[in-house]
Amino acid sequence: MAFPRDHGSHPAFRTEWWYATGWLRTASGEQLGFQATFFRSLREEAAGNPSAFAPHQILVAHAAISDPARGHLWKDQRIARAGLGLAGANTGDAVVWIDGWRLVREGGSFRIRAPATDFALDLALAPAQPPLLNGEAGFSRKGRSPAAASYYYSLPHIEVRGHIAREGRREAVTGEAWLDHEWSSEYLEPQAAGWDWVGLNLDDGSALMAFRIRGRDGGVRWAGGSLRTADGRLLHFAPGDIAFTPRRSWRSPRTAIIYPVEWLLRAGDLALSIAPLMDDQESDTRATTGAIYWEGAVRASTGGREVGRGYLELTGYGEALRLR
Amino acid sequence: MKAQVRLWWRLWCAQWRAGPVRMLVPVIALALGVSLATAVQLVNRSALAEFEQAARRLSGDADLVVRGPVAGFQEGLYPLIARVPGVAVASPVLELHVTLADRREPLQVIALDPLRAAQLQPRLLGELAGERRAFFAPDRIFLSARAADTLGVRSGDRIEVLVGSSRRSLEVAGQLSAAAYPRAVGLMDIAAAQWRLDRLGVLTRIDLRVARGADIDTVRAAVARHLPPGMSVAAPAVDDARLASASRAYRVNLTMLALVAVLTGAFLVFAAQALSLLRRRPALALLRALGVTRGGLARALAAEGVVVGLIGATIGFMAGVALARWMLGAVAGDLGAGQLESLSGALIVGPGDATAFILLGAAMGGAAAWLPGREAATQPVAQALRAGDASAAFARVRSWRIGGAVTGTGVVLALLPPVQGLPVFGYASIGALLLGGVLLAPAAAGGLLGRWPAPRAAEARLAIAQLRGSSARTAIGFAAIIVSFSLMVAMAIMVHSFRESFIAWLDQALPADLQLRLGQGGGSATLDAAGQEAAREVEGVARVEFRRSRPLVLRREAVPVQLVAMEIGEGGVPALTIVKDGGPVPGTPAWISEAMEDLYRWRTGEHVTLPLGGGHTLAVTIAGVFRDYGRSGGSVVVPRAAYVEAGGDSAANEALVWLHRGAAADVVVAALHARLGIGEALQVRTTGEVRERSLRSFDRAFAITYALEAIAVFIGLLGVGVAAASTALSRRAEFGMLRHLGLLRRQVVAMLAEEGLLTGAIGTGCALLLGGVLSLVLVHVVNRQSFLWSIDLAVPWGTLAMLSAVLVVSAAAAALIGGRAAAGGDAIRAVREDW
Repeated sequence: MAFPRDHGSHPAFRTEWWYATGWLRTASGEQLGFQATFFRSLREEAAGNPSAFAPHQILVAHAAISDPARGHLWKDQRIARAGLGLAGANTGDAVVWIDGWRLVREGGSFRIRAPATDFALDLALAPAQPPLLNGEAGFSRKGRSPAAASYYYSLPHIEVRGHIAREGRREAVTGEAWLDHEWSSEYLEPQAAGWDWVGLNLDDGSALMAFRIRGRDGGVRWAGGSLRTADGRLLHFAPGDIAFTPRRSWRSPRTAIIYPVEWLLRAGDLALSIAPLMDDQESDTRATTGAIYWEGAVRASTGGREVGRGYLELTGYGEALRLR
Repeated sequence: MKAQVRLWWRLWCAQWRAGPVRMLVPVIALALGVSLATAVQLVNRSALAEFEQAARRLSGDADLVVRGPVAGFQEGLYPLIARVPGVAVASPVLELHVTLADRREPLQVIALDPLRAAQLQPRLLGELAGERRAFFAPDRIFLSARAADTLGVRSGDRIEVLVGSSRRSLEVAGQLSAAAYPRAVGLMDIAAAQWRLDRLGVLTRIDLRVARGADIDTVRAAVARHLPPGMSVAAPAVDDARLASASRAYRVNLTMLALVAVLTGAFLVFAAQALSLLRRRPALALLRALGVTRGGLARALAAEGVVVGLIGATIGFMAGVALARWMLGAVAGDLGAGQLESLSGALIVGPGDATAFILLGAAMGGAAAWLPGREAATQPVAQALRAGDASAAFARVRSWRIGGAVTGTGVVLALLPPVQGLPVFGYASIGALLLGGVLLAPAAAGGLLGRWPAPRAAEARLAIAQLRGSSARTAIGFAAIIVSFSLMVAMAIMVHSFRESFIAWLDQALPADLQLRLGQGGGSATLDAAGQEAAREVEGVARVEFRRSRPLVLRREAVPVQLVAMEIGEGGVPALTIVKDGGPVPGTPAWISEAMEDLYRWRTGEHVTLPLGGGHTLAVTIAGVFRDYGRSGGSVVVPRAAYVEAGGDSAANEALVWLHRGAAADVVVAALHARLGIGEALQVRTTGEVRERSLRSFDRAFAITYALEAIAVFIGLLGVGVAAASTALSRRAEFGMLRHLGLLRRQVVAMLAEEGLLTGAIGTGCALLLGGVLSLVLVHVVNRQSFLWSIDLAVPWGTLAMLSAVLVVSAAAAALIGGRAAAGGDAIRAVREDW
């Protein structure tokens, strides 16, 4: 991988995303989670159409704030075809946007703006560490078939400064985030139903990413992960090194989907308890990506002591996930 | 109080037993009037509601709509508008009519970006949410249920469309339910439509939603600053209004006619009530003598009218709903106007309608009973107790002064201008003239009867004497005839004048042997130069004159004007029905239809610049005004050469074809079809065929008017009958006396018939006179102001003569039937009854 080129878009691949998640603290001491994601998807149906509106690339953006006082997410989404300057994903460096929603890398840090309907995010994310290349130098397998894989790097321990607004109430925030950038033409095997993923900024300066791909039969089809210690040593986990054990489930009152929201995670020698900031961090994005999933802020602890914070993603618990 | 009510009830029941038919007539009359008004109102509303629903589904939740020329505008404007601060959603739309290979009517296609539009038209696109990705493939179209039905296709089938001179095939990817969109439409992805329907780079509309908290007017102003001349941004409500205004005048006309029917019904209630009170005067006086107060009596009589009104209106409303349902099925929601596409129109009946119409009927019944009721209540008791004194009851309505003043008001009202494009004062004038006529008629009739030469036959002398002596009673018969028949005369003259002028216009507009049109209503098919040449070379064709006809938006809130580029004949005068000729003008001449004078205030000799779209304009000088019954929204005719030179297209979508002598029209039509190969979208008709079709649709449009008139006349005849019937009973003594004097029963009956004949003849004469005056108002005020075109007055003498004869005979028959029963009774008992 080469940067900044690989921060930019890879339009020849079918799917791509820039995925920023993290914890925020307001001036009054509130603890909040945030998520801001841009997806790009290549469409082949419109090949050959010279129209400026031809839907060669579709862009989707999701934004959410996990607010325990509210009890469920502040969330919003956008979808648009790339073109006419109103939406797009540039190559060369990270510039992705749909109307006023954007993720842009400038001066070494990422600027994220998501002026959503009920809330807004306006954050500057300054990475303090170099990119963490997952898998084999950024090539991350996602299944038993070698073709099921993605190019995948993470930027953990990003310092966040900026503002959020909830129903017009604007506040300054600081916090720590995690940015994933991943692109692929064949992400999931047909037998796969979804995945569980976690990205944790640990208090000792290390960063842990772990995931597993669940099959439609209920079994685990693949697993993997990376651990980078504070001094920069990088560890890759093989499928056998990772174990996700559910500890407590939560049933969504809206969709009746049951999500395991508390976990015991084993990654190599590490054993962590994962607990959510709040139970209801479900996102219904059927209008854009077609999926309903759980994506939320979590705390990691060992022996009852908090050792880090991050985000947990649970997909494919209702219907099997399809990346289109 | 309770005792009074009971007393009243018993008196009323006694009356009912004595003459149930007589009591029923006002109920029937009112029911007929209310049912007509209900039916017309419901059909209008149902049709308009569907129309508006369709318009609303298309504009969805948009706060603002950006529009430009009908041909569209450059898509480069879209990102500029989308970025205007305060714009939350901007949805680009390309609307067009595509010509289908084997259909005459074009299909409306709405091409949009479903990703953007889903936020603005959730109900239109909701059903397709799961199939959104199917939109992205080119060559796909989604059809509304109506469109799929009309075209006879299902999902998976393909339809052929004509774009310019080439064919494209589209796959029907799915269907929208009727609930999502009620009319015929096809939905496509905007990129697919731009590409496959040859509209690359073009949009016709941008729907906008304003960000929460932003001020719509501020955003509108900001958007407007980006718009080039010829484009505008406005709230979609204006959009609906523009669509609906197309048929507004016609609808208002019908509603007014229906209201006339209600008024006639109300008048009949008045007449029947007045007569019944005459007969019941002694009974009422007895009530007064027994202690019922004057006010109490008046109120009770008015209440009786209200009850009659309530019953009549309730029956009428139910009949009206049934009639409306039938009309929607039989003549479709446009009531034959042909100005809206045919509508399926589910009938919409709300509880408010029932309440409104039944209250209207009750109010009319009460009002109609009020005047005679008060009259009866204020009579001195002692005088009223004696029989036969009925003359004063009508004194109030027989004043020359009031009648003259009302008539004068009617004349003045006819001179006032329209209000918001509707001839409100014209209708008021008709109402006033009608009332004036009714008020003046009895006096006029009295005068006529006074000068009537005495006939030889005894029955005839008696009849005249009787009419002279009881002009109050006669007045009711007159008024009934005048109200109903004068309107019928007026309508007959107006429709006949319109028809004659229409025929003259048709003949002028169709000088050739064949008329050729491509894809009606602005379809996408045109004939390019090669196609035009091919048409000229068809065997049997002597000469072809090509025309380019296209819509032109000059003012946003108005219906688009039709621009017709045609060849101008020798002498520089086009083949049009010119009503104002400005003579030769410098520069490029243009001729405008009468509507352009009214709508745009253009005048002969004026210089005007016409926007042709794509930055081209055509500067013209108005050389004359022509009559155009084809397009009420206005039309402009320019020389085709000048149109092409100014940057307009050289394609044609209309043509006039002259044949070689001896060439068979049907052979040439077939050859044209074969040569041009466009299928059914090419419409070639012989002049005779076009003429016949046009007249048929004209007659269909007026069929409902004829029905309304016929019912009004029927109500009028009911009035004559009821007048005769209700007076006959009180004349039993008179008949008995005549029989004692030696008249045969046959002679009494003959006398009655002659009375009816005379009433009918004089009433009809007055009605013809009044109808003539009303027709002038209809032709020169109501028609001119509603439809913006002129009509030459033509009187259908034959029809009027026949109608008059039928009416006079019917009046005699009605009088005869009404009076015969009374004439046949036992003569001795009849005389004895007169206490």
